[in-house]
Parts: sequence; structure tokens; C-alpha cells
Amino acid sequence: MTTLTPSSISQHTNKRLFATLAIVVIAWLAAYNIIQPLADWIAYSALGLGRDSHLGESLAFFLYDVPKILLLLSGMVFAISIVRTFFSPERTRALLGGKREGVGNVFAALLGIVTPFCSCSAVPLFIGFVESGIPLGVTFSFLIAAPTINEVAIILLFGLFGWKVAALYVTSGLVVAIVAGFIIGRLKMERYVEDFVWKIQHTADASEEKLTWTDRIERAWESVKEIVGKVWLYVVIGIAVGAGIHGYVPEDALASVLGKQAWWSVPAAVLIGIPLYSNAAGIVPIVGTLIEKGASVGTALAFMMSVIGLSLPEAVILKRVLKMPLLITFFAVIAVAIMLTGYMFNLIL
Amino acid sequence: MLTIKVLGSGCANCKRVEQIVHKVVEEMSVEAEVIKVTEYPDIMAYNIMSTPGLVINEKVVSTGRIPSPAEVTSFVTQALTMVELDMLKRQS
Repeated sequence: MTTLTPSSISQHTNKRLFATLAIVVIAWLAAYNIIQPLADWIAYSALGLGRDSHLGESLAFFLYDVPKILLLLSGMVFAISIVRTFFSPERTRALLGGKREGVGNVFAALLGIVTPFCSCSAVPLFIGFVESGIPLGVTFSFLIAAPTINEVAIILLFGLFGWKVAALYVTSGLVVAIVAGFIIGRLKMERYVEDFVWKIQHTADASEEKLTWTDRIERAWESVKEIVGKVWLYVVIGIAVGAGIHGYVPEDALASVLGKQAWWSVPAAVLIGIPLYSNAAGIVPIVGTLIEKGASVGTALAFMMSVIGLSLPEAVILKRVLKMPLLITFFAVIAVAIMLTGYMFNLIL
Repeated sequence: MLTIKVLGSGCANCKRVEQIVHKVVEEMSVEAEVIKVTEYPDIMAYNIMSTPGLVINEKVVSTGRIPSPAEVTSFVTQALTMVELDMLKRQS
């Protein structure tokens, strides 16, 4: 990445920036700590709803979760974006160069978490990896991990259901990306990559970009505005639906349909998830609430990965560089890997 | 006269970059040709790994994000300086 950043930023603005940052952090912490009592007060005291009533419970849940999740989202997207300014796709490619299959798949999946990624860049990234000699399977491990292990999904899972569910989600995403990428690599499908990919000539070159801390903070702030601006409405709607389920649907209502006993629920969840293309923000609150009501964790995680990771728009984008047999294999292998992960979690949890 | 290329297959971010470029060029009243590069073989000729990309006089100045109008202004200013330096060199 080459950017000619204006380098005339003085020490003075640097200091002011960090001071502002400190004030924002303190305000953030203060806000985070008053939302619980505030939500309870509005629901139970100001509106006078009973603590045992469905409406009171749902409303308190909603009033607490929405500001909490939006605060968490802003804070953590900022932190993650700062980390990501240290990982450009170019650097990731350099780190993956020369790695063998196996080790390469693991590295690629891990780097998929921290490298900034937008599905609209999937093609340039794919070409950039493959033509620099990174094995096809390793490239796919990256391309599966990057969108599936999505930062918004992780933050929402953490905020709504605790770190264990979030860690499970990251682990299952990694397993799917590593296994699926490895299998695709073993299938030796290089000839099903569109021919132009192997023939690209470079006329210009991008060089490494140097960023100051001011640049990093500014860019992180830009991503907070962009990501939170894009997902806040989904979060509110998702939590509202989740709060409704929380207050009104009895515990274990879903156990017979989405519980562990129903073996077919895992493939069904994956199949239903493919045409559903929602961003993580809308799906997480609902999926999490399903778990509370008796759906098994493996089934719910499989559904979520399928919705986020297996999307038709992404298939359309990748069609530009992958011939049909490889595209279908790519989808089928991920779908099977997601199902296996679902069964695995249903078995061990 | 500058040649400014916006590299991208037509995603929303690429269109934003194009708008910003047009606005900056107009405000600075610089003579510039703005070209949209949408075919992957042509985009990848610049060896970038994330779109949108911004290229001024065949030099990649930004990739993978939407540069602010202020940044684009400084890219254009730098490119203009380079052009002037080139002309001075040729004259002497």
C-alpha cells in the first residue's frame, strides 16, 4: 500500500490527539457503567413495570443491551482497527510466502482474523496471493477465515453471551478455514482458476506505506464511524427481536427442533443459512437468543457461520476468478466443514 | 495535465473515491482526465491487493480505503509538483 500521507503533523497535535483519546476512554467507561442501573430504573421505576412481567423484562433487557452493545462495538472496533493498521494485505502476503501447506493453512486462517478485509477486495486479494506463489489451499484458508471470523460477530457474541461463546465461534471459524483450505489444496484444482490470473503483468508497483500514530488513530476512528454507522440499525432490530424472544418464549421451547437430539438440524441450519445474507450485526442477537431457548450451541454456530461465511454475493464476486468446478467445490467443502464443526460442538458441549 | 485512475470493480467505495476525485479536481481547477479502471487484469497490473485504488500519473497513491478530500488534494498537489520538476529538468 502506498500513501503519501501529509507528514507535517506537529508534536503539538499529536499530544492533543492523545489527550482527546484519554477523555473519550474515560467517558466511555463512565457510560458503560451507568447503563445497567439506568435501564432498570426506566423500565421498573419510571414506567412502573413489574420485575416479573414479560414486558418489563423484555424492555429492561432491550434498554440495557442496545447502549451496551453499541458502546462495546465502538470501543472494540476502534481497538481492532488500530491493530489492523499493522497488518496490510501486502504484509500478510509476505508473511505467508514460503509457508508449506498445513502450517500455511493455519497461518493463513489466523492472519485472516487480523488482516483488514472487505468482500469487494476478495478478487484482488486472491490474485495477489496466488500469483505470488502462495498455494491455492492456503489462499482459500485466508479467504474463508477473513469474512467468517468477523469482528462485529465476535464483539456481539462477547457482549451478549460472554467470552466463552465468542471464543467458540472464533475456534470453529478457524477449524473450518484450516480444514476446508487444506482439503481444497489437496484436490489440486489450480487449472480451474481463470487463465488470466496466471498471466498478469505488473506495470507499476505498490510500496510499503509508513503510518504515524496520528494516521492510525484517524483511520481507526474512520472505521468506527463506517462500521457502526452501517450496523447500528441491525443491532437495534436484532436485539429487539432477541428481547422479545427472551421475555415471551418459554425456556426449552426450541429444544425438540434445534436441540442435540435432532441430528438433521445441523445440515438444515447450514442450508437455510446459505441464501440468507445478513451481516453479523443482525443475526448474532437472534441466534444467541435461540441458544438460550434450547437450540444447541453447535447448530446455532453452524447457522451463523453459514449466514456470514457462505454468501451468494461473494460467490458472484469470486466467479470472476474461479471456474465453476472450483467455485462449487469451494462452497461444498466449506458447507461440509461447517456441518462437521456444528456436530463437533454438539457432541462435546 | 494529470491522468487519474480509480481502480475498482464498481463497489460502493470505488464510486465514493471517484466522486471525491472529481470534486477535488474541480475545486483545484486542475486539468485532469479521470479514468475508471474496472477490469481485474487492468486493476491487477498495478499490483494492488485491495480496492479501491487511486493512481495518479501511473503512481499508486492509495489502496483499500477511501482517502479524504484533503488527502486527495495533497496527492494531486504532489503529482503537479512532480510534473513541474520534470518540465524544468527537460528545459535545462
